[in-house]
Amino acid sequence: MQIDWAALGSVFGVSLVVTVALVALFTLGITGLSRRERAAAQGESAVLAVTGAYACFAACAAAVAYGIYLIMA
Amino acid sequence: MESFSLILAIVVVTALAFDFTNGFHDTANAMATTISTGALRPKVAVAMSAVLNLVGAFLSVEVANTISKGLVDEAGIRPEVIFAALVGAILWNLLTWLVGLPSSSSHALMGGLIGATVASAGFGAVHGDVLVTKVLIPAIAAPLVAGLAAMFATRLTYRLGRKADGKASEKGYRAGQIASAGLVSLAHGTNDAQKTMGIITLALVAGGVLAPDSDPPLWVIVSAGVAIALGTYLGGWRIIRTMGKGLTDLQPQQGFAAQTSAATVILASSHLGFSLSTTHSVSGAVMGAGLGRKGGVVRWSTATRMFVAWGLTLPAAAFVAAVAEWICGFGSWGTAVVAVFLVASSFAIWKISRREIVDHTNVNDHEAPGEEPSGVVTQAMAAVTPPPAGTVSEELSATIPAPNDPASPAKTTV
Repeated sequence: MQIDWAALGSVFGVSLVVTVALVALFTLGITGLSRRERAAAQGESAVLAVTGAYACFAACAAAVAYGIYLIMA
Repeated sequence: MESFSLILAIVVVTALAFDFTNGFHDTANAMATTISTGALRPKVAVAMSAVLNLVGAFLSVEVANTISKGLVDEAGIRPEVIFAALVGAILWNLLTWLVGLPSSSSHALMGGLIGATVASAGFGAVHGDVLVTKVLIPAIAAPLVAGLAAMFATRLTYRLGRKADGKASEKGYRAGQIASAGLVSLAHGTNDAQKTMGIITLALVAGGVLAPDSDPPLWVIVSAGVAIALGTYLGGWRIIRTMGKGLTDLQPQQGFAAQTSAATVILASSHLGFSLSTTHSVSGAVMGAGLGRKGGVVRWSTATRMFVAWGLTLPAAAFVAAVAEWICGFGSWGTAVVAVFLVASSFAIWKISRREIVDHTNVNDHEAPGEEPSGVVTQAMAAVTPPPAGTVSEELSATIPAPNDPASPAKTTV
């Protein structure tokens, strides 16, 4: 019987890393946006936080695009 | 169009029926978390999933006859065998839907194929080692992988997102859930509609209508895509309720982590050549997300019932398919008997389901499987620990008379 442990292992590793990374990025993005919300409420601006947030979202969007590419391939 | 024999027409119709059940059985995979956390309204969620399933069916032209490839000898495949296999798979899908348990449609189909092949060509035609590597190992690995990923992701998002609040975070988690649910829908359309296309194509080849190794004709692709989209839109509300509410209580953060983990596992596994079942991945991810939140609970009684259903999927579908194939072996009237039985029992299951209707209006209402054990536990605790129960009744008796005497409430509550 030939069980492809290598493939299973890589599925395990890739899934774990990608999921955690994506969720972390997205959460940071959300944190950035809610900081802007708080800053706006006090009449300040939070340029750095917002820029970081959009960078995070862009990375997530890229991951989704890659996912769609994988589905089509 | 090519000339069709009756049995071939029956097989095609049955395959599309399976595709349809596959659609509504698996709506939960994509949309259960989104619906239960309120990211999308139920009807909107299933509509979106249906459209993406339809789109997914057209995305890839690769013939997905992996189901039949390797698992059984193609030489043993006749249209009747495929018909019997589909009967087993459809009935199992309907039965698990009736009791609201998520189970893998692919396993049902594989079980059906195995059972029908065994009945037609004997045990020698099934490759036992392929069974272990393609069915058994993935069934154990999928929920573990997706569950662990979702658990860590949930922990992380709660920790990192401590300072995230207000409208921005609410909107953000909503968008994140919708995106990952969309990805799962799309992947599902590609994978599972392709399976049906593969089955129909296999039947057409077996019936001599198509040349071996030919691509599925356009009408096969279109009808398979439409069937799965219609099934998805119908919504397997019973299963959605179990997955979204029955296994654990999901908050938006958890829904997002679970769905992202499921989408990642599904895509990674199909891309890296170790295919994992969508249903198993999503169920595992939901449970992982349940464990990842502080104070989150997984209702293990529901989970256990689900695991049992997973274990039974293959043998049950195989058994029904084997019996169906055996009856089909008596000739045309046998096939007719099986067809009538399929229609009659499907109708019966639908009829039973009407006794307690679950649809988009009450999908989030209560958790039938979850309430039961908690009630049992509470009762047991009440029975085992009489002293607290006694104080409860004392407090009750102390507070109840209070309204009768307007002057006393301040005293009695102290």
